[in-house]
Amino acid sequence: MKWIDYENAKTVDEAIKILSQSGGKARPMAGGTDLIVQLRNKDPRTDADVVVDIKDIPDLNVLQCDPKTGLTIGAAVPLYKIYNDDNVKKYFPAIIDSASLIGGVLIQGRASFGGNLCNAAPSGDAIPNLIAHNGIATIAGPNGTRDVPVEDICTGPRQTSIGNDELLISINLPVPAAGFGASYIRFTPRNEMDIAVVGAGVSVNISEGKFTAARVSLASVAPTPIYVENAVNALVGETVGDAAIQRAANAAREAAKPISDMRGTAEYRKHLCEVLTRRALNAAIERAKEGK
Amino acid sequence: MTSSDSTDYKVLGTRPIRHDGADKVTGRAIYGPDFDTAGLLHGKILRSPHAHARIISIDTSEAEALDGVMAVVTGADWPNNSNGTSMVEDGTGTEIESNSNWLRENLLAGDKVLYAGHAIAGVAAASPHVAEEALALIEVKYEVLEPVLTIQEAMAKNAPILHEGLTTQELGEDSGVVSNTADHFQHTKGNIEKGFEAADVVVEREYNTVMVHQGYIEPHNGTALWNTDGRLHVWCSTQGSFVVRDSLSDLLDIPVSQIRVTPTEIGGGFGGKIPIYVEPVAALLSKKTGSPVKIVMSRKEVFEGSGPTAGSNIKIKLGAKSDGTITAAHAWMAMEAGGYPGSPVGAAAQCVFAAYDIENALVDGYDVVVNKPKTAPYRAPGAPNAAFGMEQAMNELAEMLQMDPIDLRLKNVATEGTRRVDGPTFRRIGAKEVLETMRDHPHYQAAKTEGHGRGIAIGFWFNIGFDSACNIAVNSDGSINLTEGSTDIGGSRTSIAMHAAEVLGIPVEDVRPSVVDTDTIGFTAVTGGSRTTFATGWAAYEAAQDVKKQSIERAASIWDVDSDTLNMEDGVIKSKTDSELKMTFKELASQMSDTGGGITGRASVNPKGVGGSFAGNMVDVSVDDETGKVTIERFTCVQDVGKAIHPSYVEGQMQGGSAQGIGWALNEEYFMNDQGNMANSSLLDYRMPTSLDLPMIDTAIVEVANPGHPFGVRGVGEANIVPPTPAIANAVSDATGNIMTQLPLTPGAVLDSGK
Amino acid sequence: MTTKTHVQTTINGEPVDFLCEPRQSLLECLRDVVGLTGTKEGCNDGNCGACTVKLDGRIVTSCLVLGVEAQGADIETIEGVAEGTNLHPLQLAFLENAALQCGICTPGFIVSAKSLLDQNPNPTEHEIRFWLANNLCRCTGYDKIVRAVQDAAKKMQEAS
Repeated sequence: MKWIDYENAKTVDEAIKILSQSGGKARPMAGGTDLIVQLRNKDPRTDADVVVDIKDIPDLNVLQCDPKTGLTIGAAVPLYKIYNDDNVKKYFPAIIDSASLIGGVLIQGRASFGGNLCNAAPSGDAIPNLIAHNGIATIAGPNGTRDVPVEDICTGPRQTSIGNDELLISINLPVPAAGFGASYIRFTPRNEMDIAVVGAGVSVNISEGKFTAARVSLASVAPTPIYVENAVNALVGETVGDAAIQRAANAAREAAKPISDMRGTAEYRKHLCEVLTRRALNAAIERAKEGK
Repeated sequence: MTSSDSTDYKVLGTRPIRHDGADKVTGRAIYGPDFDTAGLLHGKILRSPHAHARIISIDTSEAEALDGVMAVVTGADWPNNSNGTSMVEDGTGTEIESNSNWLRENLLAGDKVLYAGHAIAGVAAASPHVAEEALALIEVKYEVLEPVLTIQEAMAKNAPILHEGLTTQELGEDSGVVSNTADHFQHTKGNIEKGFEAADVVVEREYNTVMVHQGYIEPHNGTALWNTDGRLHVWCSTQGSFVVRDSLSDLLDIPVSQIRVTPTEIGGGFGGKIPIYVEPVAALLSKKTGSPVKIVMSRKEVFEGSGPTAGSNIKIKLGAKSDGTITAAHAWMAMEAGGYPGSPVGAAAQCVFAAYDIENALVDGYDVVVNKPKTAPYRAPGAPNAAFGMEQAMNELAEMLQMDPIDLRLKNVATEGTRRVDGPTFRRIGAKEVLETMRDHPHYQAAKTEGHGRGIAIGFWFNIGFDSACNIAVNSDGSINLTEGSTDIGGSRTSIAMHAAEVLGIPVEDVRPSVVDTDTIGFTAVTGGSRTTFATGWAAYEAAQDVKKQSIERAASIWDVDSDTLNMEDGVIKSKTDSELKMTFKELASQMSDTGGGITGRASVNPKGVGGSFAGNMVDVSVDDETGKVTIERFTCVQDVGKAIHPSYVEGQMQGGSAQGIGWALNEEYFMNDQGNMANSSLLDYRMPTSLDLPMIDTAIVEVANPGHPFGVRGVGEANIVPPTPAIANAVSDATGNIMTQLPLTPGAVLDSGK
Repeated sequence: MTTKTHVQTTINGEPVDFLCEPRQSLLECLRDVVGLTGTKEGCNDGNCGACTVKLDGRIVTSCLVLGVEAQGADIETIEGVAEGTNLHPLQLAFLENAALQCGICTPGFIVSAKSLLDQNPNPTEHEIRFWLANNLCRCTGYDKIVRAVQDAAKKMQEAS
């Protein structure tokens, strides 16, 4: 690895100061499970001279789950803390879907949702799920903080709308309305330690047998995880049942613009979008019915 | 099942704790990358980004000028004795002559690079990071050429040529034709035209497989010190320290007497650590710097710059009578050698029909160079590719004949006296017993779960003999120190120690086995070819017999009787005639010094009594009909092992070979882009099975004693990787109704097979 | 630039200081600086688990931790698993069940499995397989490894 400097920021202000003064050559690091590999592999998209460790910043380590205020996940909170949290398990069970399948147990000791989002891989397993949960990212910069819907963060493979001098502080999920259920399902050839060929994150709100709201998002089928409006439109206002689910699944397949690569052909991925969206919707509906 | 002997062994067949166990569960064992010595420099290797290119120039000046860089070497640093030949292992354990220049050029390129990952230059520096920075400063100018990436492309007319000097050997004669086909050979038995005429049914199909890697967890590594006295000392993880020594002698043009190779503990090999890669580069760097130089490959280098096994294009045609008798068989097989000639097609051709007694057979083999890494041995090299075709064709034949697939195989099974298509006649083998064990096994007898598919297959692999040496020194407390030269890659030093313990009638805990360096033991061939427990075990047997004989003679001299009147059993030397005259081996050992000095036994063997091994699999799978994903629900491995010396480690070989075969069948592949760059050169994207991808792997040990070994041993390391790919393909076919003609059976491929 | 950082840690219960460059991983520091070579490198990108160590109570791949990050950290490596000359029940179970062949992955598996049993003394086969899926073994097919963990769990429960 080329030479890097290491800074351990203790506050948000300190981190932003270092980021601002590094001419775009500083990178925040939480678990480092993507960043260190990219630096080691000389990834041209990760051209950094300075690594800013943000794990000691209190604001980025908040994990607060409250049925009245929602879920706040600090940007540096490692995955294992998320899936071991009793309140998250109780009130946001679908969040566990993503937290427990990124990497393996060893990676989960370090990796974070914040890192997964900022890394902006098309296959990021947290991202469709956060989109399905109406996640809002809180970002701090030299001029204060701003809130951005998660679906507006990723702008391209490993590119985000977060500035070089900005820092993701947390991701905030609002309190779900009644009749809410969500699910994230991905398809991988191996059962663990794999990258999604396709991932589908969905949520539904069900009232009196109808979908009153829905969110559908896909990973690994476009340069960024995508929000699939047509799939949502196929659900909202419709009776909960196979017909609406299939229309939404078909819309997901149509919205996907995948490439062919070592993980699967474009055609196969489009097919999987249909299968996984359907399966994820059925799982989300089950959770909605169980009141989870 | 034991169909052999009922010999009452005291040590063989027990499951002692391995002698190196404590070191290996506490982190104390020293593997190659763990080796350290004063003044150590770190080396890194520059590799080609192009799959096929001419090297116009290499400028190392900037790299040499970097702070901390001590030396840079390139192909120009090889000694200048061209046109030499070297002996290399061909994958069956046989040493064959190869072009020394090719070997050198594969390790540090000459005027061409032949695959992405081809080594070009080595750098030694004070730290691995500085060495790596220096690589980026080496300027190589290339003339990029069109890459040839598949057998079909390589054999096409007007294909780009990898080696302008390579002409096809056509049935043993130099054809004079420049091409990418290095060799075409045939094995013939009977007359296949007549055989096919006599057939009631014929099956014919083409199969394709792609390059896969051995996947050992420890990367290639080596440390070299070219000392001021001209002696070269190398420490490395290798399957054969003497192969390293002899290869270094050829490549560096120095006598073997000037080279000492110390084998460290080794973190897996499966054939891939028979060839050398970084050792000679480290040696050249050490010669330039006067310091010891260590090189450890990265995982990416392991994938791109070491030796995987071949992808293949295989056509199988079988004809049979309606009663199931196979009347004719033809195999056409072309296999990727990688950048230089030497694919495992030779072994594949020997193995493809080996399980069956077929009257009329023809095998065509083609060794084809492509712009991918030079292949190296991988566990039964070539045989899994061959079996993937042959054993699926057998199942197709069984279905046409409406026969049980095991019954069809039993109908045609090879037995003692069967002549293989490549010439040799089998001695006592256990193919029939393996099939019978499968047929009667609870797995095969159990009803299939609704929706699951079931497949079976069998496979063959040779054993080899070759040189092994063993020394035994008796300690005064009656224990023995056993030294041998076979790299212990999976518990073999204990199996070898068990041979000596059995002979001497002492507990195996009283044997202290050590794997030692090339200065310390007689020539010992590679840990490969399923030979280690067979041949080095035999050397231990002979060395222990030597100790036993000397012990009896010593007792005879102490008692002043004729040694013929004594024998030694269960560690006690006693008179056949006088019941008063007896002494334990321990007692004798305590008196050695006073009665003529220490006792040491020794043996060097080259055993000829090799017996091949057959393995069979039964596998149940489920297939997700929407995604195509295959799940292994139940897996059973049956293998004829001759005599299981240490059954736990025999089972371990069977389970390990099975798991590698499962990975090969389902997900493993070199995924190359159209420029010939490997897209998945990490352990994330090269998907070897994790613990969550496999079920428990059931084993059934069959013991048909090998009459060519004093304890009936057959080598067990390799045959078990032969049947998994076809057994799984047959199971997936059973579940989906579609024939699987290519590997790997990725979810997308399985789903597409129905189209 | 190019100055080394002084890092103070506790390794296997003992205070250990070392100097490292920020680009050096904790794995490199353990192996090349501190001299604890029991922790192995298989891939250097977090996918094989040969470099598993416990860092402040949580198992991680030490190749994906910078040495400088370990300032003040409590680290447990394979060298700290046995108590004096007494092997840990997992180490014994790996030997008795022949759960290693080449042994290169073994330190990682033992450190991982120990952390599993510390928090889940009686795991199911699936829980064991899930937990260990970040540790690759190429020799054994995992059968005997899973059995060794089951065996150790049973013996540890009987002993407690």
